[in-house]
Amino acid sequence: MTQPASDDLLYRRPISLWWWTKKRTYFVFVMRELSSIFIAWFVVYLALFVRAIGQGETAYDDFLDRAASPWLVVINLVAFAFVVLHLVTWFSLTPQAMVVNLRGRRVPPAAILGGQYVGLFVVSAVVFWLVMG
Amino acid sequence: MTKRRIEPLVWLTFSGGGVIAATILPILAFLFALAFPLGWIDPPDYDHLAAIVRNPLTFLVLMGLFVPMLVHAAHRFRYTLYDGLQVKHTIVVAMLCYGGAAVIATAAFYHLAKALELLRR
Repeated sequence: MTQPASDDLLYRRPISLWWWTKKRTYFVFVMRELSSIFIAWFVVYLALFVRAIGQGETAYDDFLDRAASPWLVVINLVAFAFVVLHLVTWFSLTPQAMVVNLRGRRVPPAAILGGQYVGLFVVSAVVFWLVMG
Repeated sequence: MTKRRIEPLVWLTFSGGGVIAATILPILAFLFALAFPLGWIDPPDYDHLAAIVRNPLTFLVLMGLFVPMLVHAAHRFRYTLYDGLQVKHTIVVAMLCYGGAAVIATAAFYHLAKALELLRR
């Protein structure tokens, strides 16, 4: 009886590795979590883009050409779809995670949700303006 | 004990990175990964982009965006492996996820700094 209460003393019903394919909500949950890989991918991609800019105009043109190659386009399209999934799920969770009160009244979740999309639009417009010059 | 103290910080950075990935990343990914390479939108000329990268502020801003997003990704992927794939080697998984994020962050720091240096010569 020297053993501490560990896993081997408890019976746990084994769960299939594919539990998340059995229900749509589970599937969306796992896809949402997988968006993390694609966010990391875009960080890598953007860093490489900056590197190419640093190496001069030829390197930059080469990079753009390579980015238009079919396999990279597919990866980036899939990655972008996951980023959109991330933003939609992230925004829809915020009103649940955060209760905002204004003058003693709770701000309706729909207003928080809408506000985030306005924010997304404003940020996108500013970035677009900065990049395009 | 250490774990307890660091955990809230990781969750905080996870949230920050999540917000960045939801608001700033979409437009950056859209422009640089799709619209410019595929010619949906004419990319700005090289000199303009070089001028942006030459600004040290760009380096700071990009690192300030990249690091929280990497922590976000590592943290989330860690739990995907635990729950989704039910990998139970918790220490190994955590080390691989955060270690991977640290490697990418270091590489990004190096390349961004190098680009800044090259363009300021």
